[in-house]
Amino acid sequence: MEKQNSAEYIINIKNLDLFYGKFQALIAVDMLAQKNMITALIGPSGCGKSTLLRCLNRMNDLIRGVIITGKIEINNLDIYSKSTDVTELRKNVGMVFQRPNPFPLSIYDNVVYGLRVAGVRNKTELDEIAEKSLRGAWLWDQVKDKLHHSGLELPLDQQQRLCIARLLAVQPEVILMDEPCSSLDPIATMKIEELMIELKKEYTIVIVTHNMQQASRVSDFTGYMLLGEMIEFDKTVNIFTRPSNKLTEEYISGKYG
Amino acid sequence: MRVNPKYTQWGAVTILTGATIFTILILVFIIFFILEKGLPVLGLSFLTENPQEMGKAGGIFPTLIGTIILPVFALLIATPLGISTSVYLAEYTKETRITKVIRFGTDCLAGIPSIIFGLFGYIFFVITLGLGWSILSGGLTLAVMVLPTIIRTSEEAIRAVPNSYRKVSFSLGASRWQTVKKVVLPNALPGIVTGIMLSVGRSIGETAAVIFTAGSSLRIPSSVFDSTRTMAVHFYILAREGISSENAYGTAATLIIAVLFVNLLAYYTMHRFIAKRS
Repeated sequence: MEKQNSAEYIINIKNLDLFYGKFQALIAVDMLAQKNMITALIGPSGCGKSTLLRCLNRMNDLIRGVIITGKIEINNLDIYSKSTDVTELRKNVGMVFQRPNPFPLSIYDNVVYGLRVAGVRNKTELDEIAEKSLRGAWLWDQVKDKLHHSGLELPLDQQQRLCIARLLAVQPEVILMDEPCSSLDPIATMKIEELMIELKKEYTIVIVTHNMQQASRVSDFTGYMLLGEMIEFDKTVNIFTRPSNKLTEEYISGKYG
Repeated sequence: MRVNPKYTQWGAVTILTGATIFTILILVFIIFFILEKGLPVLGLSFLTENPQEMGKAGGIFPTLIGTIILPVFALLIATPLGISTSVYLAEYTKETRITKVIRFGTDCLAGIPSIIFGLFGYIFFVITLGLGWSILSGGLTLAVMVLPTIIRTSEEAIRAVPNSYRKVSFSLGASRWQTVKKVVLPNALPGIVTGIMLSVGRSIGETAAVIFTAGSSLRIPSSVFDSTRTMAVHFYILAREGISSENAYGTAATLIIAVLFVNLLAYYTMHRFIAKRS
């Protein structure tokens, strides 16, 4: 089943419409995201890129009055079908938010949160995964001596990497990032970008960004969205060097947005 | 004509500072007044001896017991009930007309004079359920009385927990209950404890609701079916019946010190808790 023709596409969005009450936020969106690639979603504010991202782990379920039609498949499974276990889906499709948001708990407790809610009690297992996850987020060396200090004591970029480590601990396949660098300075941003490129060896990443240069630096594929529509979706090189749609070209060259 | 902002600023600061100082002065004056009259009577024997001649002489030991046991009993019932209700209201229901009615209802209940609760407790617990004047009746009545306060303060505290914590928790695969247990309640705890402390204060100082339901027996209760007398009720009876104004003030002073002590204890425990968590 997994090794069929669309196996390399881990995410497959088909004809997705989304309404917030009467307002249509996504209009007939199609998108394919490949395994172990970084897919960036760009576009001006209100274009629906964050909304689209939140569809992928069903975080939109938490907003009242959201109606979705169309289909999203992750690993060939329709995530909006009745038989989908939303908890399992969210573990498989993790999310990094705009602002670093560690819980007001120790660094260690932050990292193992997802494991604990999943019922893991074994101390050795928790310790092992905590170390592995912190290493994976390039944070181990900075925090290994203060695992029981509050996560909020860390500088912002380390907080964001703590949030990434917290995510890695539940071993997702897909990582969604919603403008993960928007509250970080350029050096911290660069570190997160390098980390993303490292992470894609094992994970598939979809990132929403306001920063076009960031998309061009880190992503393999880019989708340009405008007013709820996917205007163009292509390899990042093509989007930034020879976009086929005039709207994309005008946005890339800074005529609006 | 436009007044120079410099003057309005000066005026505002003066009024605000003045109001604050005035408030503190009233508080200090009341405490000083009570302590001045009460402290001379207060001593170890006053606290540990049984009253004689209806409280004219002797100590207040039984009322100390009553003052501890009634609020504890009331809070043991009201706290789990109140917190559960507030979690339900804040986390598990959508904002509908029904939740608005519930909220309006609890607000109204919080504003009802305590003597009405006393009357209700007397008719329902004492007479209808046949519990008589007892710790049980008094505790249940106090629980009903402080329930709205606990519900509303807890609900506010729960709502004040940043939504991002919930979102992250869900995104890591936690259920709503796990999120409530592990993230929401620990962060709402200071607010919840504030509500509980307000309730402890209210039940310690309550007379009207207690005198109708727990009675005013000066014997040391041996079970929850026995009547008891709290310090507040004791003070009321001593002063009202003109039995002994010295002992009345002594009781009042003990009451004030007890309330102060409870608040300090709560404050200290909470800070310990917060420090331990972060």
